[in-house]
Amino acid sequence: MATQLLRRRVTQILSHGSPKPISLARPFSSATDTIRATLFPGDGIGPEIAESVKQVFRTAEVPIEWEEHYVGDKVDSRTQSFLTWESLESVRRNRVGLKGPMATPIGYKTRYDDVNLVTIRENTEGEYSGLEHQVVRGVVESLKIITRQASLRVAEYAFHYAKTHGRERVSAIHKANIMQKTDGLFLKCCREVAEKYPEITYEEVVIDNCCMMLVKNPALFDVLVMPNLYGDIISDLCAGLIGGLGLTPSCNIGEGGIALAEAVHGSAPDIAGKNMANPTALLLSSVSMLRHLNYHDKADRIQDAILNTIAEGKYRTADLGGTSTTTDFTKAICDHL
Amino acid sequence: MATQLLRRRVTQILSHGSVNPSSPISVTRHFSSAAETIRATLFPGDGIGPEIAESVKQVFKTAEVPIEWEEHYVGDKVDPRTQSFLTWESLESVRRNRVGLKGPMATPIGKGHRSLNLTLRKELNLYANVRPCYSLPGYKTRYDDVNLITIRENTEGEYSGLEHQVVRGVVESLKIITRQASLRVAEYAFHYAKTHGRERVSAIHKANIMQKTDGLFLKCCREVAEKYPEITYEEVVIDNCCMMLVKNPALFDVLVMPNLYGDIISDLCAGLIGGLGLTPSCNIGEGGIALAEAVHGSAPDIAGKNMANPTALLLSSISMLRHLNLHDKADRIQDAILNTIAEGKYRTADLGGTSTTTDFTKAICDHL
Repeated sequence: MATQLLRRRVTQILSHGSPKPISLARPFSSATDTIRATLFPGDGIGPEIAESVKQVFRTAEVPIEWEEHYVGDKVDSRTQSFLTWESLESVRRNRVGLKGPMATPIGYKTRYDDVNLVTIRENTEGEYSGLEHQVVRGVVESLKIITRQASLRVAEYAFHYAKTHGRERVSAIHKANIMQKTDGLFLKCCREVAEKYPEITYEEVVIDNCCMMLVKNPALFDVLVMPNLYGDIISDLCAGLIGGLGLTPSCNIGEGGIALAEAVHGSAPDIAGKNMANPTALLLSSVSMLRHLNYHDKADRIQDAILNTIAEGKYRTADLGGTSTTTDFTKAICDHL
Repeated sequence: MATQLLRRRVTQILSHGSVNPSSPISVTRHFSSAAETIRATLFPGDGIGPEIAESVKQVFKTAEVPIEWEEHYVGDKVDPRTQSFLTWESLESVRRNRVGLKGPMATPIGKGHRSLNLTLRKELNLYANVRPCYSLPGYKTRYDDVNLITIRENTEGEYSGLEHQVVRGVVESLKIITRQASLRVAEYAFHYAKTHGRERVSAIHKANIMQKTDGLFLKCCREVAEKYPEITYEEVVIDNCCMMLVKNPALFDVLVMPNLYGDIISDLCAGLIGGLGLTPSCNIGEGGIALAEAVHGSAPDIAGKNMANPTALLLSSISMLRHLNLHDKADRIQDAILNTIAEGKYRTADLGGTSTTTDFTKAICDHL
């Protein structure tokens, strides 16, 4: 819950800038220059799994220097949040970060073997605008806002992502047959962007059909782009397909190319401090961060190490059905590097 | 007969007046005996609709179900009294008969008029969409142990149809939640759970984000839950719910939800058991009106080719029979359908077989 509010506030604040073209190519000089990245270990199991990431990066000799920030225990009046101004400035300055709390990892069997998709969710408006009010006693309204600007922005990112990652198809998820103006506007923006990328197949899928297709045959999907609520639902649904939030990487993109990767699972207070947590989600998210920084070699090495460790099955944390501790699992990954 | 007319007229008048959410919903229908013919409205619908409706008629005839169908079709121009392609006469027919069966009706995207399904819902005050969702023995999917019911609030929420442009490039849509509608669907959900021997009701929401709207929905569910202490009540956030459903659907029993979540979850569950072609559905209206329907599309590409799978419409017609307390007939027909599918000898193309609609229907009739 705290992480959700945190994420929302961060993206809210980070997105309040003048819109600039989103550049995925990051002008960092060379792989040997140390890059500073902000790290929010988070609550609960956060610090333990953040430690795993630091250890794996150290073993893989990734040139990242971490700047750690924590959520405070009183509200900072400048941000109106438990996040301090310094924390947010750190992300703005470093332009890359990792925050604690899609292809099926080989070797972890779920009912689905062929999931290989990316969900891209608009994260600033839509149904989560937080604008609710009571009309009269017993009647409440909530506003869903869709703007051309935000829809174009996320559609641009989706197609750009698809192009730079060699993906072939982008599907826009909507309910425009019922919500004709709001989702209709979202689709209109997606179509406009699609025209600029003729080599990528574009399609539109109604949200309820999409869910049904996902549980029947997830291989049908490649890149999905969606407004806020549908994105929330679909991205968690997809996480369920591959084994749950404990294995799901995530990355938040901000104006000007800021990237804040995050583990989207909870802080699991019941197992915090017990060396039981599974650091896979945070590690895979840190791999997303490395790719964003164009550290593809390091990213590939670490990702292979993680997937091989899971596939071998010898070291697995409790949530994957094994008995290893966080530190054992981390050491196993480092050994695979 | 006179008492029947009197009762029907009374409930008709009551349901057209101010809605009283606390009036007990009576599922038992006071039709005297199974020998009396019951009139039911039938909307065959578009595309494959007429073919699968024919299947239902045939199965009912073979099973000697005492139903007399009153068929109505969607017009090709808008009826100003209903502001829809559905005529006033069609709607009056359902109001009069109080029970009906509907095939698929197409909704074009972005055309600016009211969707046909939404029209039916609003005009007939169909406030709850009920979909029993269970794995079909003999039709294997990734999930063997699905046995749940989704109950979806069907009149308000995100589908109120109230959208407007604020300025160029900025559009708003209103989501409305009322105490009245939320209580009404919650009452139905718990009543259904009780009368069908279900143990748990889960309310699906996103009240951590939409605190006032989904918060009100939950508040109403909690109020009703207190009146049914023997039924376990829980609240599950929508995204968690989806994840749990794809990982372990056996965790769920009865789900009650506002409109949009209900739409998504009920189709998701249909996917778990094999798709919309196999999913029954029934819409409950004020005063005990029940309009069963097949929720799949009109499949214009296979219309008229004798390829359609009538299972969804048949299973929906069974929901209708149960609503009418014709349980014997319902059980017989349901067993015939399940056995036919389980045998695997006659299956339509969507289930991986090669049978025509008529062959499949005949096989079911043979099993009766």
